[in-house]
Amino acid sequence: MSLAVPASEEELAALLRAAYEAGEPLLVEGNGTKRTMLRPVQAARTLSTRGLSGIRLYAPQELVISAEAGTPFAEIEAKVAEKGQQIIAEPPDLSFLLGSDGPQTLGGVVATNLSGPRRVTAGAMRDHVLGLRAVNGMGEIFHSGGRVLKNVTGLDLCKLLTGSHGTLGVISEVTLKVLPAAERWGTLLLPKLASEQAVAALAEGLGSPYGVSAAAWLPKEAAAHVPALAWLESSAALLRIENFADSVVYRLGKLRERLAAFGHAELLDDAASRAAWRAIRDALPLAARPEEAVWRVSVRPSAGPRVLRLASAAGARGFLDWGGGLIWLAGPATPELHAAITSAVKATGGHWLLMRAPDALRVSVDVIPPEPPTLARLTSAVKSVFDPKGILNPGRMFAGV
Amino acid sequence: MIALPPPKAHVLAERESIVAALRTVLPDDGVITEPLRLKAYETDALPAYRAVPLAVVLPETTEQVAEIMKICRTFGVRVVPRGAGTSLSGGALPLPDAVVLGLMRLNRILEVNYADRYALVQAGVTNLAITQHVQKHGFFYAPDPSSQLACMIGGNVNMNSGGAHCLKYGVTTNNLLGLKIVTVDGEIVEIGGPHSDAAGYDWLGLLTGSEGQLAVVTEVMVRILPSAEGARAMLAAFRSNEIAGACVADIIASGIIPVALEFMDKPAIHACEAFAHAGYPLDAEALLIIEVEGSRAEQDAQLARISAICARHDPISLKVAQTEEESAAIWKGRKGAFGAVGRISPDYLCMDGVIPTGRLPEVLGRIRAMSEEYGLQVANIFHAGDGNLHPLILFDANDPAEQSKAERFGAEILKLCVEVGGCLTGEHGVGVEKRDLMPVQFTETELEQQRRIKTAFDPDWLLNPHKVFPLREQQEAKRAA
Repeated sequence: MSLAVPASEEELAALLRAAYEAGEPLLVEGNGTKRTMLRPVQAARTLSTRGLSGIRLYAPQELVISAEAGTPFAEIEAKVAEKGQQIIAEPPDLSFLLGSDGPQTLGGVVATNLSGPRRVTAGAMRDHVLGLRAVNGMGEIFHSGGRVLKNVTGLDLCKLLTGSHGTLGVISEVTLKVLPAAERWGTLLLPKLASEQAVAALAEGLGSPYGVSAAAWLPKEAAAHVPALAWLESSAALLRIENFADSVVYRLGKLRERLAAFGHAELLDDAASRAAWRAIRDALPLAARPEEAVWRVSVRPSAGPRVLRLASAAGARGFLDWGGGLIWLAGPATPELHAAITSAVKATGGHWLLMRAPDALRVSVDVIPPEPPTLARLTSAVKSVFDPKGILNPGRMFAGV
Repeated sequence: MIALPPPKAHVLAERESIVAALRTVLPDDGVITEPLRLKAYETDALPAYRAVPLAVVLPETTEQVAEIMKICRTFGVRVVPRGAGTSLSGGALPLPDAVVLGLMRLNRILEVNYADRYALVQAGVTNLAITQHVQKHGFFYAPDPSSQLACMIGGNVNMNSGGAHCLKYGVTTNNLLGLKIVTVDGEIVEIGGPHSDAAGYDWLGLLTGSEGQLAVVTEVMVRILPSAEGARAMLAAFRSNEIAGACVADIIASGIIPVALEFMDKPAIHACEAFAHAGYPLDAEALLIIEVEGSRAEQDAQLARISAICARHDPISLKVAQTEEESAAIWKGRKGAFGAVGRISPDYLCMDGVIPTGRLPEVLGRIRAMSEEYGLQVANIFHAGDGNLHPLILFDANDPAEQSKAERFGAEILKLCVEVGGCLTGEHGVGVEKRDLMPVQFTETELEQQRRIKTAFDPDWLLNPHKVFPLREQQEAKRAA
């Protein structure tokens, strides 16, 4: 397997022009930390963006940062933290879950559109990609959006490329919107609730005026895998507040009153909150074993408990984030469990994404839901617009696309 | 004057048969063909451009929209979707050989779910009606364009509308969960839903802001948000645009994101004060309206922090509202700004460029110089936190020379926005107004790629073919294809 690591956007474009001429398929990645997601790519050659690295622009007072796609994501988080700011979507670091080493890149986080707990109230990665530069499957360099906070000029290709898993273009540079990080975090914890009650409590909190920024529910065995919750010995419904210190105290108090019907509440201080939510963000409560498969399911929040129950009955374990709307699942990597999970999800109208599984399973099942015929036709047509010879991550999302 | 594509002779010749076919799928009052009634649809909120359409259809269901699209596809008729006709960029401008597809009768709120925090509404529901419907439960729909009383959610989706509060809450694209669309072939497709993340390509993101180029939107699922406990505004007046601009940067750098941060320059202050008597200081060169949210004590704390920052910039005056009435008074001038400018000038062009906020003083200085050069007054009102400028160029449309001068002035402002790192349009859309400026922001390769996406959805270029993409290249693209 040969590896190409272009050192500039021009080199990247030249390389893709040559691959286009030759009709040579490429596995496109940053550091390959998410290689286990979706379907395996059949390509003799790997194209890595890790050679395109560096922060190009950071204007804290304008709330924007631009960097090359191969820049380690942690470098960007550290840079904005210096000025008291943060990446809004709170994307996870899944290196432990996915068993990968090496730092994930900015391009990888954007190409997979992965968001963390704050997604339920502050939007996904795709909501904060203000601009990007990329090279399509013909070696043509293009940009969309820019470095300003509002922009409706032309079609929004930032959205289209975010979450396209490198199948439409190789992203070379990204501009993100950032926001000030809150002075303080605090968490209201409701122990001993069953999933239905817990999600009702999360909905009540998310529908309150107190600015709940994240809301999750961990069953007892999942909570036991979070060191910050080790004392609990119960399930945990968690509602997070991020604000100025006085406001955190005030809002947690109001929230406790509002949720009094759900029983006794505990409070997590700033440090415990940060530790617990970091574990939830990175899916550590799953405690997924190396041989197990991992699914990430998105449903309407109120449907979370039912899907989790059905998946558990079929042999999976999991927990809920996004007020019930995100279900992390782990379990035996069998077609039977995959079928049980997907049929439970289909009944709610939601989506699933197979995050990790042996290749044998990844090539034989729908790793994401198949699209209805009209959208499937558009997927092929739009793929052809960007990558007419199908050389960019062929088969990554759908077989044959 | 902007060029329009030549009408299709065969469509004009077949008008009777097309209208007859449309009447088979719509009730009698759903097809308009009388010249006098058609005239009501000849333009939108960019009245410099007009064209009486071939016919107007007013469907009441998604299925009727699908039947209309099938008929238009069969006859090769161009289609211009239309909501309330409030586009400032000519987004609803018809063509003489086009059918205007008016969505105003699709005006029902279909479902509201407070536990899952969404509302499902038809495309012809007005923006404000959504908030009015859910506010008794303590919720609201965030994007709030100035035309929110009239403009419809289908149009908001197609133009990716913003408003005064998007610094905190985002624009339309950040507040949507799903769409029901009708393709150019008349197929009905649902995109997204009450779940947060969909796998596959982000059709929702691509369709939002696509200006009616890709499909017709008939239903929209929006995110609804819980309202804050309360909100309050303050006014800060400064001796120069530079100082006010520096103050905006300091507020944001301090870690406070106000829900709104609006900027007015001297001509705008005077026009608004004469109209609304909001108590704006007339000796100020620049005015900021800053709004914060939270409990009373939280508002006090944030307003105190912001006042302290403003105080470091030698303000002429600072006024913090103590009551809701005082907040409303502060907003009154800003909200009536377009009407106020309408009173001091027979006509105005409302521009919509965006710049990096750090370039604000420089850009305002150059706009002032251009204003002198062109001999046309300009009032600047804008969303300062996100750099979205709305220069209003004052002119008299009865003087054709002055109108073309105003358009040239506007184009120069937008080119300046791109030059300093910004873009042509922040929330009004390209429409016909900025269509021919697209090459300022995009290379031919980039435009061609976007045109190929349109072709993937709309192979015969029947949907709004005279907008967004420069016409000349558009025709070349067709010849090449």
